[in-house]
Amino acid sequence: MRLINRTPSRSGWLALAILPFALLLALYLTSSTQRLELNPNDKLLPSFGQMSATVERLAFTPDKRSGDYLFWQDTASSLKRLGSGLAIAAVAGLCLGVAAGTLPLFGAPLSPLLTVLSMVPPLAILPILFIVFGLGELSKVMLIVIGITPILARDLEQRAREIPRELLIKAQTLGANTWTLILRLVLPQLLPRLLISLRLVLGSAWLFLIAAEAIASTDGLGYRIFLVRRYMAMDVILPYVAWITLLAWAMDFSLRRLTQLLFPWYEGAKA
Amino acid sequence: MSENNAKASVAAQSSQGTTQPGTRAGGNPGSFIQVKNVWQQYGDQVVLERLNLNIAEGEFCTLVGASGCGKSTFLRLLLGQEAPSRGEILLDGQPLADEPDASRGVVFQRYSVFPHLTVLDNVALGLELPRAPLLGRLLGRRKRDAREQAAQMLHKVGLGHALDKYPAQLSGGMQQRLAIAQALVMKPRVLLLDEPFGALDPGIRKDMHELLLELWRETRLTVFMVTHDLSEGFTLGSRILVFDKPRIDPHAPGAYGARVTYDIPLHEGRHAPGASAGLPTALADSFRTAYQGA
Repeated sequence: MRLINRTPSRSGWLALAILPFALLLALYLTSSTQRLELNPNDKLLPSFGQMSATVERLAFTPDKRSGDYLFWQDTASSLKRLGSGLAIAAVAGLCLGVAAGTLPLFGAPLSPLLTVLSMVPPLAILPILFIVFGLGELSKVMLIVIGITPILARDLEQRAREIPRELLIKAQTLGANTWTLILRLVLPQLLPRLLISLRLVLGSAWLFLIAAEAIASTDGLGYRIFLVRRYMAMDVILPYVAWITLLAWAMDFSLRRLTQLLFPWYEGAKA
Repeated sequence: MSENNAKASVAAQSSQGTTQPGTRAGGNPGSFIQVKNVWQQYGDQVVLERLNLNIAEGEFCTLVGASGCGKSTFLRLLLGQEAPSRGEILLDGQPLADEPDASRGVVFQRYSVFPHLTVLDNVALGLELPRAPLLGRLLGRRKRDAREQAAQMLHKVGLGHALDKYPAQLSGGMQQRLAIAQALVMKPRVLLLDEPFGALDPGIRKDMHELLLELWRETRLTVFMVTHDLSEGFTLGSRILVFDKPRIDPHAPGAYGARVTYDIPLHEGRHAPGASAGLPTALADSFRTAYQGA
């Protein structure tokens, strides 16, 4: 049978999905054990025992100096920044995208501007953000907003243009004005797409967040990672990276479930 | 059906049999829609030239012709989606609004229904939009009334069992039923159909013909329907308009546009084969494929 026609069975599929993760884990465990045998003080590849001790210290015992649970405090401040950045960017991107994609008079000035703006590397203007918005929360949130709004807006503009012309005309024959046409036709059709775009830019949003926290912050997941880098504390860095990955995956998963839940017609319309 | 055709043809033009275009002068004050010397061209390409038509209220005009002969362009002009390059179209003596509005309903071959709304909301939308210019939706009692009215309309087109489904869950024929219900609930004065049954199976198409004629009989609205299918044109219409290019310059294919070469009021007992036999062989030939496919 040709390779293209061969599909794994249900259990085979699960085994194949787990396989690469298991391999990576095994590779790490063997190399870690080897290095620790040679030098028990090696910091590069800590054992799982060392890492869980560190997590225990950071997450479940109050910090000696401040009395806070550092791990949860880092998580809370990072998620707050990420959440507000994503929310602002989603609203701004949706408004810009709908305006540029639906109304030609708005699209003419907006769409070239968005194209150029989306080419500006957000990290390159991070110093400007720090100067303009100060070193507080605002500049970090703004980096996320500036980084992903043009991407969202351009994607939604494109989707708005893809709405068949027939539907826009039909809505007008049903008595819609421009505003109600956007409200009842364009917006509902773009919302599921917005959730999908958000999933796609989640990676960039985390990148911007960690970059901003690494440079100027007093807490946050990115701050902690870059703080302990100077002690080569891999027993902190690796659990933090794993935690960030888990958070990002959970957000992606819940956005996908939310799309299915809120817009049951969406997948059907695609087919 | 046939007696309706007869009624409509009485209301139609007095001239009978095939008439040449341009022979009817515009400005007949009694007619509902007047097309006065309309040209449509895109750059150098002339699509329609010198169209002059008078259409009485309640006529069912079918627009036939080979592909690229401007039938759909003419429909877009009637819809207000495009403005004619020259000439004007009058509706009830007033120039046609140059954008689509609630006075003209439309059903396209595809993309006529809103995928994100249930069947019921697709129809109720037309009742909500004109009454709620700010929110685009009605609330409370008025919403219930709109939905009830929409449900009645849907029962009439045979979709009473599918009120809560999404269009993607419907077959092609049912989607077109929905599109027709959606247009008719607005009580438009003119209904424009752009090959509405082109993508349907022959059996289903026949059901749709019956439904459409029944609704037309009941509402007496003026219908324009573009079709590729000549027999469909003869079965449904009270008047058939044939679009063709009378002149063709082989060196400049876009130099001359299409005109209405035959304008035939249809009579009782007139069936498709007999009527098409009256057409010149050359013209009948160009339709043969579509005709056999019906």
